[in-house]
Amino acid sequence: MTDPKTPKNQITNPSNPIADLAWFFLIATSIKLLLIPTYRSTDFEVHRHWLALTHSLPLSLWYSDETSPWTLDYPPFFAYFERFLSLFPPLFDPTIVHLHNGLNYSSNSLIVFHRLTVIVFDTVLIYGVYRLTRKLGLRERVLIWVLVVWSPGLLIVDHMHFQYNGFLLGLLLLSLSWLEDGKDLMGGFVFAVLLCFKHLFAVAAPVYFVYLLRHYCRGGLVKGFGRLVMMGTVVVAVFVAAYGPFVYYGQIQQVFHRMFPFGRGLCHAYWAPNFWVFYILLDKGLAFMLAKLGFSIQAPTASFTGGLVGDSSPFAVLPRVTPLITFVLVMLALFPCLIKAWKNPQPKMITRWVAYAYTCGFLFGWHVHEKASLHFVIPLAIVAIQSMEDARHYFLLSIVSCYSLFPLLFQAQEYPIKVLLLLLHAILMWFGFSSQFSSISAVKARVPRQKKGDKSGWKGSSNIVTQNGGFIIGWIEKSYLLGLLVVEIWGQFLHPIVLGNRLPFVPLMMISIYCALGMMYSWIWQLRQIIRKR
Amino acid sequence: MNQTKLEIAEIALKEEDRDEDNIWWWLVHRGIVSSFICISVFALLVRAAVSLHPYSGAGKPPKYGDFEAQRHWMEITLNLPASDWYRNSTSNNLSYWGLDYPPLTAYQSYVHGLFLRTFHPDSVSLYDSRGHESYFGKLLMRWTVLSSDALMFFPAVLYFVVVYYSGSRSGRKSDVAWHIAMILLNPCLILIDHGHFQVYNCISLGLAVGAAAAILSNKDLLGSVLFCLALNHKQMSAYFAPAFFSHLLGKCLRHQNPLLDVTKLGLVVIGTFALVWWPYLQSVDAFLQVLSRLAPFERGIYEDYVANFWCTSSVLIKWKRLLTVPSLKLLSFGATISACLPSMIQQIRAPSNQGFLYGLLNSSLSFYLFSYQVHEKSILLPLIPVSLLAGDEPFLFKWMMHYALLSMFPLLCRDELILPYISLYVLFILLYHAPAGRQHTRDAQSLANLKSFVMAFLVICSLVLHIVYLALCPPEKYPFLFEALIMLLCFSQFVFLAGYANLKQWTLLKDSTSENKEKKYL
Repeated sequence: MTDPKTPKNQITNPSNPIADLAWFFLIATSIKLLLIPTYRSTDFEVHRHWLALTHSLPLSLWYSDETSPWTLDYPPFFAYFERFLSLFPPLFDPTIVHLHNGLNYSSNSLIVFHRLTVIVFDTVLIYGVYRLTRKLGLRERVLIWVLVVWSPGLLIVDHMHFQYNGFLLGLLLLSLSWLEDGKDLMGGFVFAVLLCFKHLFAVAAPVYFVYLLRHYCRGGLVKGFGRLVMMGTVVVAVFVAAYGPFVYYGQIQQVFHRMFPFGRGLCHAYWAPNFWVFYILLDKGLAFMLAKLGFSIQAPTASFTGGLVGDSSPFAVLPRVTPLITFVLVMLALFPCLIKAWKNPQPKMITRWVAYAYTCGFLFGWHVHEKASLHFVIPLAIVAIQSMEDARHYFLLSIVSCYSLFPLLFQAQEYPIKVLLLLLHAILMWFGFSSQFSSISAVKARVPRQKKGDKSGWKGSSNIVTQNGGFIIGWIEKSYLLGLLVVEIWGQFLHPIVLGNRLPFVPLMMISIYCALGMMYSWIWQLRQIIRKR
Repeated sequence: MNQTKLEIAEIALKEEDRDEDNIWWWLVHRGIVSSFICISVFALLVRAAVSLHPYSGAGKPPKYGDFEAQRHWMEITLNLPASDWYRNSTSNNLSYWGLDYPPLTAYQSYVHGLFLRTFHPDSVSLYDSRGHESYFGKLLMRWTVLSSDALMFFPAVLYFVVVYYSGSRSGRKSDVAWHIAMILLNPCLILIDHGHFQVYNCISLGLAVGAAAAILSNKDLLGSVLFCLALNHKQMSAYFAPAFFSHLLGKCLRHQNPLLDVTKLGLVVIGTFALVWWPYLQSVDAFLQVLSRLAPFERGIYEDYVANFWCTSSVLIKWKRLLTVPSLKLLSFGATISACLPSMIQQIRAPSNQGFLYGLLNSSLSFYLFSYQVHEKSILLPLIPVSLLAGDEPFLFKWMMHYALLSMFPLLCRDELILPYISLYVLFILLYHAPAGRQHTRDAQSLANLKSFVMAFLVICSLVLHIVYLALCPPEKYPFLFEALIMLLCFSQFVFLAGYANLKQWTLLKDSTSENKEKKYL
């Protein structure tokens, strides 16, 4: 047994970052294992069907098969990935990968296997986080790990709802880590690979393009052109590896047809909290007002709450939104960031720019899913500890983003889990940020004004830090977050009591609108930050 | 003297500094209560996740399992007057999960029954709800456990930690956080309460922890009230009774007026009991009726394969055939008392806070090993004092947890709780070996070679037993061979741990007396 009299002040071993990160990951893994029997969305069956599809059909038929409504609509690398995963089920339960018998199959072996694949491929995310944080100090590192490795959003979307976002975001973080290191070719390569896994990540492609063009392809005309060719070759090679086989089989048009289903409508059944929520609301409000004033307003034939929207316009007054309009809006929103990237391409800003691009895509994009908010919340975690303002913004954004995912888990069984996840995340962030900034202020107090002015990025925030000596959020943010609580209490408890079964869409709509406010704030904040920083 | 004080201050300063460079600084920098809040939210999350898994007797008519027992008690207490709760009648068939816990459990069932009736009346309606298994009914039942854990066990642990680490006890803040995590994330307790679904252990154990904390802070009357409540929630809390009794007696004897103090305590105890038993004190019959329900001696000296003395030795000596029930009762009573006597004597002679905690461990272990009608789940009781001691005895704690989990493995396998078993096991090992955590936890390496060899061997044995139990079919001649092997291994370890803990308690006495002498000498 241990000797109680061992000297307590022996020197601690310097902590080993890899072992520590593994510890954080394993803690998360044990929670993920516990979450295996939770609710699974249709995405679970979608991915199972893709396993069966890629396993039993030849490559030429992957994108034209219609055995199930859940046709393959991810780019080829993801199909190859599913083909790789489908090698394992025949070893223990061949029904899983049977094209017809496997439809809507849900045995324990499938559930455990499928969930384990997600857990195992989260290691990519861990590697990405490791690469991004390996040069930081102990405290910053640990905080980022807490934010990313224990992210409640990823737990909800990947390990309950079911998707492979951890894996894909891991690729994104890896790409960013190489860009931050100045290894642009590698970063570009990984990003191209990522695009061939999931094309939704293409929203950041303009930023990547401008950044790589200006940062990688510089140094004179000849050298720059050489590098451009080099990068082009790498990217093209990746795309050839992905799409080549389908071009060979003459399937390429079918592939693109499946990948871009524009028939799906502007919004999802549950409105993602973005700009279009306000547009729809404005339309409804105007229609109501005009009807009061005596104009005859034709009610739209398509409804927003009814899921997939067909070809008819869902708007009563305002002009119809087409995919082209959303595209133009996204590009317009991206424009300031592209100019910045063109003028002064710096590695330390790339994470912010890419996150901003995904924010624009989320706010103005076509048929956006609420899950897409993870695409910018996770990368922003990497920069959240850089200043007090960043931390404040991240605190708000990440709570809003996680809360906007609540409707994904609509069953009562998961209710305590999602609430506790969000609560734990908020507490961890609060403690983490406050320890971070109280210690910074303590250091600043000890060494007064030594660093003044040498880091312009710090300048704005250093005042606040020394004044408050801790992590403090303003009353607007506080009351906004309290409002979230009100929205939740109304939607979950008061609405059924007060209104019964009437207006069943109101709770979800309230969450959309309220979260959209936070998302708009985050977008404006990020935009301002990007414009201000040099 | 001054010099030593300076040294202590210096060490404390160093420890503060080390805290600042610690990986857990962000968690602990705001003090005990904030780190407790953070850890307890995490612990609640783990509990909520475990409660997604199956419970005992799910979908197994006609008697189902412990889950149905709890639900049935809610149904009975809600629909019948208190006088009929323990009585066989047309509407209360005692052979179908009759209430066999003291009145406080019945009251708690009543309150939870009210909660269930508000949201889902079908799940607690009289007669019709037998074997009720609906999605929502199950959820509500799970939530009653979650809430009682959060309302009883967690505050009790907070009280204990605040008391335990106040005053002279200095240490790194992250060590305190580690200790909190160890107490709150006790895998056995979580698996039994939130997985298997047994009698709300969190309530009685929470009351017991609260009582221990009250006694550590010298609030003896409060402590005895809380302990009486624990006893009245689950009679199993009697495992701790010798420790409470001897410690309080020892303390009273050292006061100026021992008789007065003992009378005060006695009155408080009797008062609490009278309050809880009030509905059954109207007639002798009613009282005896309840009492007979609480002591089910007809169930035999042991059940299944529990790692205690009677069950293990029955491999060689067939107790049940050799002796009658009354003589077995007497024998087991004698064995239990003699096993906890040394620790009681120590506490009466020299009551001390640390000794009290060891006393709790020793008395509960001796009950587990020698008393009549012990269940596998009863290992939870000795586990609680060990977890309270984890700050000083991390290795003892780990060892005990390891074998407690193993001893419950067959039970949890039957409930199909293997997945939470594995993940909680992993979680426990991870938290125990948290990065930059306690130095003590790393000391295991410095153990002597032979010792570490034996320990590694035992750990490997237990891991192999896990796998064997899952993977292999036992030979037809001995269908319970693996259970018996697990039981043997666990029993040997528990006996060893009991011996060690007794020894430790007595050496404490020596240490304190020698310290006292030194002080006098100085």
